[in-house]
Amino acid sequence: MSDTPLWKSLLVWAVVALGIVFAAPNLFYNRVEMHNDAVAAIDAAGGAATAEQEADRGLWPDWLPSRIVPLGLDLRGGAHLLAEVQVADVYAQRIDGMWPDVRDALRDVRDQVGNVRRMPAPDGVLRVAISNPAGLEVALEKVRALATPVTTLTGMGSSDIEVRAEGGEIVVQLSEAERVASDQRTVQQSLEIIRRRVDEVGTREPTIQRQGTDRILIQVPGIGSAAELKSLIGTTAKLTFHPVVRVTQDAGTQVGAREALMPEMDRTDLFYVVEKTPVVSGDELTNAQPSFDQNGKPAVEFQFDATGARKFGDYTANNIGKPFAIVLDGQVISAPVIQSHIPGGRGIITGSFSVEESTELAVLLRAGALPAEMTFLEERTIGPELGADSIRAGQNAALVATAFVALYMIASYGLFGVFAVLALAANIAMIFAILSVIGATLTLPGIAGIVLTMGMAVDANVLIYERIREELRAGRSPGAAIDEGFGKALSAIVDSQLTGLLTAVIMFFVGTGPVRGFAVTTGIGILTSMFTAVYVTRAIVNIYLGWRRPKTIIV
Amino acid sequence: MAFRLKLVPEKTNIDFFRWQWLTFGASVVAVVLSLLSVAVIGLNFGVDFKGGTTIRAESTQNNDIALYREALEGLGLGEVSITDVFDPSFRADQHVKMLRVAPQEGYEAVTPEVITQIETALQTVDPSVTFPSVESVGPKVSSELIMKALLAVFAGSAGIWIYVWLRFEWQFAVGCVAALIHDVVVTVGVFSIFQLKFDLTIVAALLTILGYSVNDTVVIFDRLRENLAKYKQMPLRDLMNLTTNETLSRTIMTATTTALALTALLIFGGDVIRGFVFAMLFGVIIGTYSTLYVAKNIVLMLGVDRGDKPKKERERGEHEFANIDA
Repeated sequence: MSDTPLWKSLLVWAVVALGIVFAAPNLFYNRVEMHNDAVAAIDAAGGAATAEQEADRGLWPDWLPSRIVPLGLDLRGGAHLLAEVQVADVYAQRIDGMWPDVRDALRDVRDQVGNVRRMPAPDGVLRVAISNPAGLEVALEKVRALATPVTTLTGMGSSDIEVRAEGGEIVVQLSEAERVASDQRTVQQSLEIIRRRVDEVGTREPTIQRQGTDRILIQVPGIGSAAELKSLIGTTAKLTFHPVVRVTQDAGTQVGAREALMPEMDRTDLFYVVEKTPVVSGDELTNAQPSFDQNGKPAVEFQFDATGARKFGDYTANNIGKPFAIVLDGQVISAPVIQSHIPGGRGIITGSFSVEESTELAVLLRAGALPAEMTFLEERTIGPELGADSIRAGQNAALVATAFVALYMIASYGLFGVFAVLALAANIAMIFAILSVIGATLTLPGIAGIVLTMGMAVDANVLIYERIREELRAGRSPGAAIDEGFGKALSAIVDSQLTGLLTAVIMFFVGTGPVRGFAVTTGIGILTSMFTAVYVTRAIVNIYLGWRRPKTIIV
Repeated sequence: MAFRLKLVPEKTNIDFFRWQWLTFGASVVAVVLSLLSVAVIGLNFGVDFKGGTTIRAESTQNNDIALYREALEGLGLGEVSITDVFDPSFRADQHVKMLRVAPQEGYEAVTPEVITQIETALQTVDPSVTFPSVESVGPKVSSELIMKALLAVFAGSAGIWIYVWLRFEWQFAVGCVAALIHDVVVTVGVFSIFQLKFDLTIVAALLTILGYSVNDTVVIFDRLRENLAKYKQMPLRDLMNLTTNETLSRTIMTATTTALALTALLIFGGDVIRGFVFAMLFGVIIGTYSTLYVAKNIVLMLGVDRGDKPKKERERGEHEFANIDA
């Protein structure tokens, strides 16, 4: 048609061409994937490539778009976990950690408050009794002085602890603002640690997301089972260094108030009584790697950060000749005797490790300990064979559906049906292009969404064609009928597709997992189908009209 | 004249209100029966909503369900359901069973030990058994998922209501939402009566049905609005019939293409999403029906404000002599 400006037609074709170019890598999925993996590996190695990596890289030209649609767990196989972080664990640790400070603060005003004693209290609450009730006010003031301001935007101006008197005793608890801030930190930290642990294994495209206030969603493609994933992220690997009080062979040994009895890791007949408070802990490690000791046995080398290094250095300087327990998750790995002052915060853990064990320990130490326990609310494992079956089934269904719809459209609308099918092809290319570019994950319900879109996308064509038929019946010329058809059908198309888009958006925000995958593809499909059915079909019809200049048309 | 496949003749003149008492009545009965079924029989909730574990067990041998049941006896698992799964795409030596284990008493989270126990027990009786998928959902999450699903369907309907209300008049919005509720309730009813597994994907299907059904209805309303302006004197009932006949070809075309695509998925898409696809296919069919026989009836009952005619007359608009005795 003459009334469509050239630039508009060109724009439409340019968009379609872009869609095809960006969708194309998905047709060569395995090749492009190997190429991408090779490129990532070469980058990670700082540009050095093995012959094999070069070969993989050569499978796909570097200058072509290489983004492909990531496949969801149900198509690729892998494990899905929904974990809840027990954020309240941290309150108890924090409050316990305050006791020495409270005790020291009150010791300074001993003449006014008398003796100070810690009373039994539930987790997360510190209860302190003083022997001189008259000093309660002074004591409260002293303890309150220990508070620090909360460091979040929302908790601005409030302090981290709540101190009050209850029945002549001092009760210390975390303040509401601090709990919120603490939860935030705990989940964030857990998230980071999980990410590091999962990354250490090096699987492709793991999803590690925070959900709600205290939950973490973990999806790792390619891992054998949810149990495997759990053991990977759930191992706490808390490394601590304790002064050894004495060594014993009696499992029933009584220990003092601030002491703990810990077994030697590989022996059942050796126990250590150690001071409960560690000198340094694994949180202060900056690095750990597998290595070998001077006898060539597997060991783990570690490096403390500045504060850790100072504490470690001071302690070793003051305690030469005394044993020192290296404790992993409550078991003593070894208890070497300190030979000399160890400055610089470097050390080595030796024990009866195998090479695998020392490697794993190094990984766990690097990732650090989880700040709180996690419980698992949901776990799903999908085997790769089932995923492959699903992909095959989805592909077959999509091909058959395309054939059905195409045949039916051509049988119903003849040449104009062919135009609609071409527009449909452009539509599918554009859906894949957008999915690839935004990196939206394709799931099995997502494939169903695409197939459904194929059925529903031609709706806009049907609306237009039916309208053109009516206009032709009313005796209009082909050009006028087509103009009217496209023009008048537009409001119905927009109205009907907007409602579909609305439900897709709701599904996306409210839904999880499979529902989301479906919402993404139907939502994108609706948007692209409006473009292809209206503009692309129009552009094709224009070419046809300009080329054949038909006197009459049959729709 | 070129050949054209036509499911609907070029010109139709169907009176969609002729059997009104039958069609609308049938819809009312279907909705009531569905609600009753959900209340009495209930829904066969999947692990998403009920909590518990499903295990897909594949074997090269065609084992009897009783064999599995025996193997699991004595593990103290409580309620275990085992069903056979068939699919045309399975290989000859691919025999699939789905096991459903109720949530374990007293556990908030999922217990991997139980899963390992089950897997070991089954592999003892048939070493060729593999477990391509294991899904466990704790009761805490499942109850939240129910709330979320309800919220989604509710928000979907409300959103559509508001949208149609803004675009059209309120009577149209009421008609539209009544048709939506009809479609969703009857679909849920079918899942209840046949005890098909009702999980998260079915909720996605319900939302899609919402979207599809409203799409269909809106197209007719859009044309109705156009015709209301065009034929100011025509009684509402005739006007609706005219509109529906004008758009009938499109309604049937779109329903057919969508149903064709979904049928391909139903047959070839594999057993994993069969329930989901079935819900959508059923929804498309019932959505088309409700577009033709439910939404408009409601609008007709409520009447439409046609502005230039006095109110009294409008209410009797379908009467032949409406213009005379006013």
